[in-house]
Amino acid sequence: MGMLTFAASVFALFALVGFVLFLRTVARSRAFTHRDAYSFPSASLLVGFIATISTAFLLLLPFLLPRASIPTILLGAHSPLVLIGVCALLGACASLGFVFYAPRSFPSRRFVGASVRVMLFLSSTLAVATTVAIVASLLFETLRFLEEVPLGDFLFGLHWSPQTALFSDDIGSSGAFGAIPVVLGTFLITLIAISVAVPIGLFAAVYLSEFAHKRTRSIVKPILEILSGIPTVVYGFFAALVLAPLISKLGDLIGLQVASESALAAGMVMGVMLIPFVSSLSDDALAAVPRDIRDASLALGATQSETVARAVLPAAFPGVLAGVLLAFSRAVGETMIVVMAAGLAAKMTFNPLAAPTTITVQIVTLLVGDQEFDSSKTLSAFALGMLLFCLTLVINASALFATRRYGSRYE
Amino acid sequence: MNKTLDSIDKHLKRRHRADRRYRLYGQLAIVFALLFLLMFFFSIITRALPAFWYQTASLSLELSARVLGGEAGDPLPREISERQARKLLDAALALELGPSSERAILRARRALLTPLAALELKKLLLEKRYKDQEREQGVRIGDKLLLPFALSSESGNYISSLRYSQLGSKEEEASSLPEPQRRSLSILQQRGLIEKRFNFAFFVRSDSRTATSAGIWGALVGSFWALLIAFILAFPLGLFTALHLQEFAPRNRLTYVIEVAIYNLAAVPSIVFGLLGLSIFLNWWHLPRSASLVGGLVLALMTLPTIVVASRNALASVSEGIRSAGLALGASREQVVFHHVLPRAMPGILTGTIIGMAQALGETAPLLMIGMVAFVAQAPMTPLEPATALPVQIFLWADHPDPAFSSRSAAAILVMLVFLVVMNAAAVILRRSFERRG
Repeated sequence: MGMLTFAASVFALFALVGFVLFLRTVARSRAFTHRDAYSFPSASLLVGFIATISTAFLLLLPFLLPRASIPTILLGAHSPLVLIGVCALLGACASLGFVFYAPRSFPSRRFVGASVRVMLFLSSTLAVATTVAIVASLLFETLRFLEEVPLGDFLFGLHWSPQTALFSDDIGSSGAFGAIPVVLGTFLITLIAISVAVPIGLFAAVYLSEFAHKRTRSIVKPILEILSGIPTVVYGFFAALVLAPLISKLGDLIGLQVASESALAAGMVMGVMLIPFVSSLSDDALAAVPRDIRDASLALGATQSETVARAVLPAAFPGVLAGVLLAFSRAVGETMIVVMAAGLAAKMTFNPLAAPTTITVQIVTLLVGDQEFDSSKTLSAFALGMLLFCLTLVINASALFATRRYGSRYE
Repeated sequence: MNKTLDSIDKHLKRRHRADRRYRLYGQLAIVFALLFLLMFFFSIITRALPAFWYQTASLSLELSARVLGGEAGDPLPREISERQARKLLDAALALELGPSSERAILRARRALLTPLAALELKKLLLEKRYKDQEREQGVRIGDKLLLPFALSSESGNYISSLRYSQLGSKEEEASSLPEPQRRSLSILQQRGLIEKRFNFAFFVRSDSRTATSAGIWGALVGSFWALLIAFILAFPLGLFTALHLQEFAPRNRLTYVIEVAIYNLAAVPSIVFGLLGLSIFLNWWHLPRSASLVGGLVLALMTLPTIVVASRNALASVSEGIRSAGLALGASREQVVFHHVLPRAMPGILTGTIIGMAQALGETAPLLMIGMVAFVAQAPMTPLEPATALPVQIFLWADHPDPAFSSRSAAAILVMLVFLVVMNAAAVILRRSFERRG
């Protein structure tokens, strides 16, 4: 049935397009030109417009009207194919009616132009709507969560163990929801990632933009960009199945206790993922520094490395800082690598060889699979999501602030 | 005097050493990244290769009347049960390994082949029977067939490890396989019946509980539906948004809000989009769970900022002269944009769209949130059916304790990387051809 409906809708869509094309030919024929419509090419467009919009309106009518009204019953009783067909036909009639009865001097061009602009504006509000929807959905569920768990307990609690109770009335179904250990684990892994990504990304960017030959740069830069094109699930695979066993074997060799899902493996791979991110943003910042500054420093007798370290990097600092901050927010929100390679149990630890958990890991483990949507266990995932959203928002805003405040010094 | 010169010389040498050190750090950073990339691809390719091949044992199968009923020369019966097929297999194995009626031995022999061997044999025989009716040249009862049967993943691993140990590069580590099975396998191998074949099934089958018959077709179809929906939604909407912001929008507070919203969306973690999909599309709109429709909707919202930013850059790079010329000839603003600016910006817009789609193809976290992680053994026919996507399949197989599955996961990664390379290459070619045209 599903397949049939789908095929029927596609067919109806084609039929509609065909009909609109037919109407365009009608509009182009002599019958229309002698009516002397203002701005002829737009008139045919307008016909198509009216056909499409009135069809869409008729199709949406059942959703707009109350359930018991006559059009709803009439339209709702038939299969989608019939429905779409009827609506297309009515829409076509509307446009035919326009073709023959529109006033001679109807300003089609202005009308089409205005409707196009309205359409463009409406689609551009989708981004705002999405943002609002994200905030609203997170906020709504978080408020429901906060009815059961006080805000102070959530933000400053030192214990995280959302019980996996099968039924809500089971004993021990109310777990502990203190986010501190989860946030701590997130920052531990992020810290490892940043300490891999920033030195390597920054040195690579400095070398490529200040020291290397043009040819080296043109070969190496695209290869570094490959790292940013690899999906995170692939990095996760590498971290969980290649690097983590390697690290724990190395740990055994030198007599260290390394968890099989150590923060080190996840953090290092995440760091590598962020290298192109840091390096390309720093590269842009370095490229924006004017040639004069370099020349002045070199003319004073500084070596090339002194020029970079004392003149170019300070000038490019806001851009570099923005890159590092954006990499930081990426690392906080990164999901697949940690889901595959980090631990599940929340512990208060700074040991990079242990297996801490992160905000994203907790969200995924709480929400994947069947769940009851009223328990504080699933709601806590949304509260964590809200926390994550706010964290990344603050970091991104400060990155934006850094570039806005200090970035335009040399433009 | 000499002393001063000396100290300057020393100082200079130190500064030059620092210069060289700086350069070395940069080189080391790049070498590290390149080495990582090399190790990355090496480890994934070596893990993936076993999944593209499988070991088979060629067995001569007698379609005996004793098992299937009827008499020699009769057509095959209409119904063949899995039990009958298993008996035929037992007989074929007994032909090579010697007759036996002991239960334990029979079970051990069955474990040589995949658990699905009997089911597949049944399907094959029914197919042959159908052909027999069509064209008079299929098989009849009493015929002998030489057919390859896939070995189970444990026996396959054992055979591969045998090959290695013959080369002397690896120790025999397949001790998990019981002794009688190892003996049977070496008998089969000495008779030259074991053969390596290319695993076509990996590309045309969907997920399965057993590693040897699991494939990526279902995941590919699921990804296709999700990407198609994401494209249908995100491309026009992203393009329209870019047109509005770049060509028509007045400079006011509302425009600023829209711009900020887009830049913010670009930096929101992907899992938050998953939470949005879960609470709005599933819990509020009650769209079907696990369906690629919802996946496509979420991916569309995620790729929207990429497409908007790329389209705005492409529109901005169209020279102002074209707009002025159009307006001077009496065209309206809309006509100038749609007839002259948009066609020139289209290659850049398409490049950005392809890159956005490539990102969407690899996106996993939001799909986990909307339940596209279910075990789906059939390719979805419509976007409304439960589906998985390629990256989710990779995630599921990588988590599986059976190493044969993690090898399949690596193979699926290779397939996905091939798709990504093709998409990105298309984007690069598009951009190049556009640049040449000017």
